[in-house]
Amino acid sequence: MSEINWQPTASLEALRRRAALLADIRHFFAARNVLEAEVPLLSRRATSDPHIESIAARCNGADAWLATSPEFGLKRLLAAGFGDCYSLGKAFREGECGGRHNPEFTMLEWYRCGWDDRRLMREVGELLGRVLGIDDVRTLSYRALFQRELQLDPHSAAEEELLACVRRELELSFEPADRDECLDLLMSHRLEPAMGGGITLLYDFPASQAALAKVLDDDTGTPVARRFEAYVGGMELANGYWELTDADEQRRRFGADRHYRRDRGLAERPFEERLIGALAAGMPECAGVALGVDRLLMLAGGYRRIDEVIAFPIERA
Amino acid sequence: MASYSTNEFKGGLKVMLDGDPCSIVENEFVKPGKGQAFSRVKLRNLKTGRVWERTFRSGESLESADVMDLEMEFLYHDDEFYYFMDPNSFEQYPASNAAVGDNAKWLKEQDTYVVTLYNGAPLAVTPPNHVILEITDTDPGLKGDTAQGGSKPATLSTGAVVKVPLFLEIGETIKVDTRTGEYLGRAKEG
Repeated sequence: MSEINWQPTASLEALRRRAALLADIRHFFAARNVLEAEVPLLSRRATSDPHIESIAARCNGADAWLATSPEFGLKRLLAAGFGDCYSLGKAFREGECGGRHNPEFTMLEWYRCGWDDRRLMREVGELLGRVLGIDDVRTLSYRALFQRELQLDPHSAAEEELLACVRRELELSFEPADRDECLDLLMSHRLEPAMGGGITLLYDFPASQAALAKVLDDDTGTPVARRFEAYVGGMELANGYWELTDADEQRRRFGADRHYRRDRGLAERPFEERLIGALAAGMPECAGVALGVDRLLMLAGGYRRIDEVIAFPIERA
Repeated sequence: MASYSTNEFKGGLKVMLDGDPCSIVENEFVKPGKGQAFSRVKLRNLKTGRVWERTFRSGESLESADVMDLEMEFLYHDDEFYYFMDPNSFEQYPASNAAVGDNAKWLKEQDTYVVTLYNGAPLAVTPPNHVILEITDTDPGLKGDTAQGGSKPATLSTGAVVKVPLFLEIGETIKVDTRTGEYLGRAKEG
């Protein structure tokens, strides 16, 4: 008879740490008057993000999807005037499975009204520093990291130069399709591991990778996405924006995502036009960030695989 | 022929890459939160033994390789081949010097080894991690030096040369780790 894997993959110690971390996060935000809000996990709308797949469900006999993040729900609360808020709960992403990924995972996402990305980066540094007991917080621009490690400017380098760098650094089974694929490859294979052990807050991403961030000129006059990511020990922990509040621009980006998906034969799904309604009604200027809680727990407890901090990962769920 | 997608890649899976059969050593799913997903894969080329690193786009696939691991008994060798027998079918398989490689020095007649077949022919021969062999040649033992320090080369019945403690004598049997060539201890009698 084959073995039945009914046991959890996480230890009791890991689950105790998880419970303590969730309590600590709630305490952190309660002390700062940020409201915990629950938004739908089950929605009639899917994500439009070209690199994230929603997991399909059925509800009352019609199509529905599991939330890939609480972003749209929280933004609608912001537009309704509810002020600073956060969600601490599950998110779901199709196909994301590995040492640092589980299709169902725990995400912390929060929004600060009237803040820009730079100010929110400081708060992310404070939360990470407190949980991990690390004082070493460094900020570094996306450009500076590429210049330091690969001697190229990710915003201005010609596509041929990026391709040459990728071919020199990596062994691939395919030809990268565009600049962003080259940049993603270099970032994930060469630059993340080079970031070292402290907390690194990387900011000013290429405008082509803005997602839902504002695009503004930096001090060299280059348009950059006011987006940042937090890394610890080479692991990506958080992604934040100075949020786009322009409804027309939001509609254009949804359209661009839709084109990207269509060109690549990816499933097209209904996107959240209610977000455009919320922006049009006047969402306050704000900054927001999403943070992977399972990975934070891995770092806090010195666990190497995400299975060690999730009681029942997808193979046993 | 069957093919496997990156999400099916796991350690031990046999696939074809650049025309050679390979065994997947490790598959790491890599995805920047807002970027594309990749599979960063380490594969051992089963012909050369070299480990390759290769990055695939998530969802790409590779053809499976017609590779099988079978336990076989080593019979004998001549100048050209080492002969193994499948104990179930009694079929004999000649393995070339290239397929046996450095592991020739661990082969003892009538012992069992893992023979990797590619398209039906031996591609590689793997000894058990631990083997027990007799010392056929070494310098005379030094009595009273059993506790600490010092080693000397000893030739084993299969031709392998390993470092052993000074007190061991010709005719004694010892346990050796074939992966490192390290002496592990005296073999128990019987």
